[in-house]
Amino acid sequence: MLKRVHFPTSVLPYLLVAPQIIITLIFFIWPASQAVYQSFLIEDAFGLSTEFVWFENFQILFEDSQYLETFWRTIIFSAAVAVLSMGSALILAAFADRVVRGATTYRTLMIWPYAVAPVLAGALWVFMFNPTLGIFPYILEFIGIDWNHYLNGSQAMLLVIFAAAWKQIAYNFLFYLAAMQSIPRSLIEAAAIDGAGPVRRFWDHIFPLISPTTFFLLVINAVYAFFDTFGIIHAVTQGGPANSTTILVYKVFNDGFVGLDLGGSAAQSVILMILVIAMTVVQFRYVERKVEY
Amino acid sequence: MTHFKTVLFGALAAGMTAGVASAQTEINWWHAMGGTNGERVDKIAADFNASQSEYKIVPSYKGNYTETMTAAVAAFRAKEHPHLVQVFEVGTATMMAAKGAIYPVEQMMKDAGESFDKGDYLPAVISYYQTSEGELLSMPFNSSTPVLWYNADALKAAGVDAPKTWDDVKTVSKALVDNGMDCGVSFGWQSWVMLENYSSWHNMEMGTKENGFAGFDTEFTFSKNDKLAARLDDVAAMSEGNLFKYGGRRGDSLPMFTNGECGMWMNSSAYYGSIKSQAEFEFGQTMLPLDTAAADAPQNSIIGGATLWALAGHESEEYKGLAQFMTYLSSPEVQAWWHQETGYVPITTAAWELSKDQGFYDSNPGTDTAIKQLSLNTPTANSRGIRFGNFVQVRDVINEEMEALWAGDKTAQEALDAAAERGNALLRKFERSAK
Repeated sequence: MLKRVHFPTSVLPYLLVAPQIIITLIFFIWPASQAVYQSFLIEDAFGLSTEFVWFENFQILFEDSQYLETFWRTIIFSAAVAVLSMGSALILAAFADRVVRGATTYRTLMIWPYAVAPVLAGALWVFMFNPTLGIFPYILEFIGIDWNHYLNGSQAMLLVIFAAAWKQIAYNFLFYLAAMQSIPRSLIEAAAIDGAGPVRRFWDHIFPLISPTTFFLLVINAVYAFFDTFGIIHAVTQGGPANSTTILVYKVFNDGFVGLDLGGSAAQSVILMILVIAMTVVQFRYVERKVEY
Repeated sequence: MTHFKTVLFGALAAGMTAGVASAQTEINWWHAMGGTNGERVDKIAADFNASQSEYKIVPSYKGNYTETMTAAVAAFRAKEHPHLVQVFEVGTATMMAAKGAIYPVEQMMKDAGESFDKGDYLPAVISYYQTSEGELLSMPFNSSTPVLWYNADALKAAGVDAPKTWDDVKTVSKALVDNGMDCGVSFGWQSWVMLENYSSWHNMEMGTKENGFAGFDTEFTFSKNDKLAARLDDVAAMSEGNLFKYGGRRGDSLPMFTNGECGMWMNSSAYYGSIKSQAEFEFGQTMLPLDTAAADAPQNSIIGGATLWALAGHESEEYKGLAQFMTYLSSPEVQAWWHQETGYVPITTAAWELSKDQGFYDSNPGTDTAIKQLSLNTPTANSRGIRFGNFVQVRDVINEEMEALWAGDKTAQEALDAAAERGNALLRKFERSAK
């Protein structure tokens, strides 16, 4: 006979988790399932005629060279944003870690940009880089660069990468600084006594010790670049010129809300959903375990 | 959720109307006119409200054209839609396909017992919004057409006259550049100006099925138009020596004209107000240039801008008020005022006549170019307009391919072929969704 332990059943635990479950169902599961359902339909904008087409919307997407280009563009954009913002944050944090006087002021100033809304950040960059009015094109002209991101796709891409990376530096900085400050002083001091200079100490000790933070930030930054940069792109380039700054999430918006192609747009958001699930799984399953402390 | 909401709103509405029994019937009008034009829209509504006591038009600004249309579509799906919505011309096919969602304006006027004579309206303006059987679906409100703007001072200094043909455009551009200008000619809204209007101006088709009027199974044929390809190649070749300079989509190239960089600019007649306030030189407008290799005489140009669509599903009493408002809106006084203030063309012959009588064209020479161009000839199947589904995206495709042409990456034929192929895929998708 198996021994069974009986717990008295009570509704209390269910009641306690109910709010969380309900919120998840209403705000996450329900809209997500609607998106999945919509992605199987070809429908007119007003929802008057609907045809169930299974995976045809997906098939159309993967046969569309434009969509595949957008995919690559998104990967390049995300990689550039992650590297640029994490790299700058790392350097800034390494310096801030060594600041003795006015450390709080310095840190507060560094964290400031994080409080700026993406659309405002975008507007800021729009003014600074406006080809006719902006200060930067004016300066760039002296070194012989003709800046016009309205026409030049590469320049437009550079601009949104800078704007998006700039916005994320504060967040990365905060995590890097916290990670560096949690490294035991004795370790660094021991290295210093052994004759290691600041650069050597950074590469041999600090950098490996904060690698869990680096991996965590890598995922966070990838997700940020994939999804949260919409506001910046919308304000700065609106995906142009000639789609050169249209990343996946912007295409979802453009096809769905401008083009009113709801099925195609829903199919794209389902693909994005799968991507973000995959990224999260990678983070939890592999990255967190493989990092050596 | 939606049902619950409807019930709740219903109960609230019932409670409110019970309280104020003799309230006016409110009619909601969603529009996309921001800034000064928004104030003008408010004035039209306020004047109408003051003219009678039964109905009240409530205009609301819903963002740009795209945002307004999306808002109306979303509202319709939630059954909270307005009575009247302003939709830009490229959204026409989408609106038209939504048979259960729209209330054809001609039908509405008839049902409401409001007198309505299509003969009062300018054919080139209303033909864009008629079915192939001739039923008027939406009420034209703000319509414009591309014209050729020129810097009169610069032309005078170079000793040349405003161009009439494309050969003239080249000669004038050459003279302007030789005389020290940065560039000769530029244009905006390139799909509209250089493709859609080039076709109608020379009475050539852009797609099968009467440019889409006769059915959603239309296909683009502009890639088979070798005159068009030759013209575009020629324009691209003009960038040599800056006779032509590309300045971006939509109206992005306006500063190039107003700051004196380019001597000629082809774009909407509705830029009149902007040019007037920004240009520090004498300017003029003239008709689009004729391609003598393509036609002996111009046909007529087609319009752009927006119309007002009535949406179905409201009380017939409310439509009565809406019909009265439509009559008021198209009255000669309101139309002439709107036309003279904004640079949009008047939609009725009476408003045109009134503007003439008021001496508007004498004191503002050239302002009747657009309307003359539109009413040059009776519109043909090629020149009454275009009706293609998914046209917002198709225009983007055309923009991209034309940009590849201006950048020298493609020839005109390659660009047009690619645009037609990608455009046809979008048409097929629309055809299926509109079934």
